[in-house]
Amino acid sequence: MTPFLRKLGAAPVSAWFGIVIVTLIALTAIFAPLLAPFPEFEVVGPQYSPWAAPYYLGTDALGRDVLSRLIYGARNTVGIALLTTALAFLLGASFGLLAATLGGWFDMIASRAVDVLMAIPSLIFALLILTITGTSVLSLILVIAVLDSTRVYRLSRAVAQGILTMDYVEVARMRGEGLFWIIRREVLPNSAAPLIAEFGLRFCFVFLFISALSFLGLGLQPPIADWGAMVRESARLISFADFSTWQTATFGLAPLLPAGAIALLTVSVNLIVDWVLHLASGLEE
Amino acid sequence: MSPILKITLSRLAMGIVTLLIVSVLIFSAIELLPGDIATETLGQSATEETIAAFRERFNLNGPVHMRYIEWLVNAVQGDFGVSLSNQRPISELIAQRAGNTFFLAAYAALIAVPIAIVLGMLAALYRNSVFDKTISGATLAAISFPEFFVAYILVLLFSVTFGWFPSLASVDAGTGFVERLYRTFLPALTLTLIVVAHMMRMTRAAIINLLALPYVEMAHLKGMKRWRVIAIHALPNAIAPIINVVALNLAYLVVGVVLVEVVFVYPGLGQLLVDAVSNRDVPIVQAACLIFAATYILLNMAADILSIIANPRLLHPR
Repeated sequence: MTPFLRKLGAAPVSAWFGIVIVTLIALTAIFAPLLAPFPEFEVVGPQYSPWAAPYYLGTDALGRDVLSRLIYGARNTVGIALLTTALAFLLGASFGLLAATLGGWFDMIASRAVDVLMAIPSLIFALLILTITGTSVLSLILVIAVLDSTRVYRLSRAVAQGILTMDYVEVARMRGEGLFWIIRREVLPNSAAPLIAEFGLRFCFVFLFISALSFLGLGLQPPIADWGAMVRESARLISFADFSTWQTATFGLAPLLPAGAIALLTVSVNLIVDWVLHLASGLEE
Repeated sequence: MSPILKITLSRLAMGIVTLLIVSVLIFSAIELLPGDIATETLGQSATEETIAAFRERFNLNGPVHMRYIEWLVNAVQGDFGVSLSNQRPISELIAQRAGNTFFLAAYAALIAVPIAIVLGMLAALYRNSVFDKTISGATLAAISFPEFFVAYILVLLFSVTFGWFPSLASVDAGTGFVERLYRTFLPALTLTLIVVAHMMRMTRAAIINLLALPYVEMAHLKGMKRWRVIAIHALPNAIAPIINVVALNLAYLVVGVVLVEVVFVYPGLGQLLVDAVSNRDVPIVQAACLIFAATYILLNMAADILSIIANPRLLHPR
């Protein structure tokens, strides 16, 4: 544990910024009910209240507290994005590792299927599938997980193929170790760094993807608080922004707050990923 | 047959096969709809005759493979059938909007590509300077920021605060060319900001890769100016990767346009697609998806073929 802490201490400012922001957002998501001054769905005040106590960030078109919805939004959006990314990884990495280890027809079929899925832009594909399944949280998670697993598949297959040519894998094979032993004890530990970095990148893509769909009105459905949907709901307010007084200026910020929260989280995760990749490349030297 | 022609033809064939597979996927969407689409749309009380007429109208009779071929042949000729919700011919709805979408994408590309290549060259020239660092920061922002965040910041700045450009890009068939350029400036600028960073970064990387090669060192040693070394010796050899990244980003532009169109309420194909998805109007979704997917696949294929052609080693086989 100590070498890890030492590396953390030597991390650049950008990585620290990323870690602090991600931790803050994670804590907000976990303790949302304790932090939010008002409930998620309840109408608690007049419509479009200005930014003043007790509604520190105003209220929305229905009179719900914006600050509380931002806090619950962290929980909903980030939670669903994490779940989707984990599922995409489970699918992509297990198929990728299997394809690399087994080779033959399995590799052939899986790789061609991935080629076809990657030939269409994922937003267009997702829209096509969502037309069939309708917009529910479950179909949203499944569709995005399958689409994103194709990228994970490509990466994990390529990484595993590099490892499988190593002598120590040959030794393990000759010792008579089974397929899963080799994947678990030789391939997985050696491909950890690129896969962790990929997890961060995938999370960003999934998170932006869900937010984009919610913004289009096709992702998480109201009344669930979600950052993408909040941008959509408050978008029209921006034309009422007036910078002559502070209170009227806040109208312009209404859609920018949730959009900015999305941007802040993805930038932070990217900064951490850069640092992890840098560490991994340094260790190999 | 020269090897370059052979490779080009094989890429072309591969592209067409991909397109066909994708069209099968898109066609099968209507087959996968749960329940019978005729009774679903017309309601339980529909008579046998109306259901039969509906099935006839939406091409739901006969074996699947025959209907697929019929659908594809019609689609290639520009006939996508009729809309499920308002029974109007889809080609009518799409023609104008597809034109608008490609106009916006081309507009953004014309701004983005020259800027990206020039800035990428400058970044390669002044490596590790403040300018270079700024560019890598901008790249991070461009891949991390959602499209609508960039769009609303531009609206807040240029439309609400300064009042220079309209926040809604409303155009119709009667809008003149110059007026159209003015009204679609903010959406085009949003798209530009999203793709320019990536293109710039790749141009920089492609040129820097070449700078380590012996002939560039030779050029330096004979006393050439740095910008001349880059413009005359490095750039022509970096053309292949640059063309590739430009085509990839154009493909992305055509898709990224969906979100930007919704933000600026621009009457394009993306907006139509999003509306059709929420109404579950399958024939329109199929038509729009087919156009987007075909553009994406064709641009990717063009990228492949152009970078092959730009590789001089293939022009003069040993």
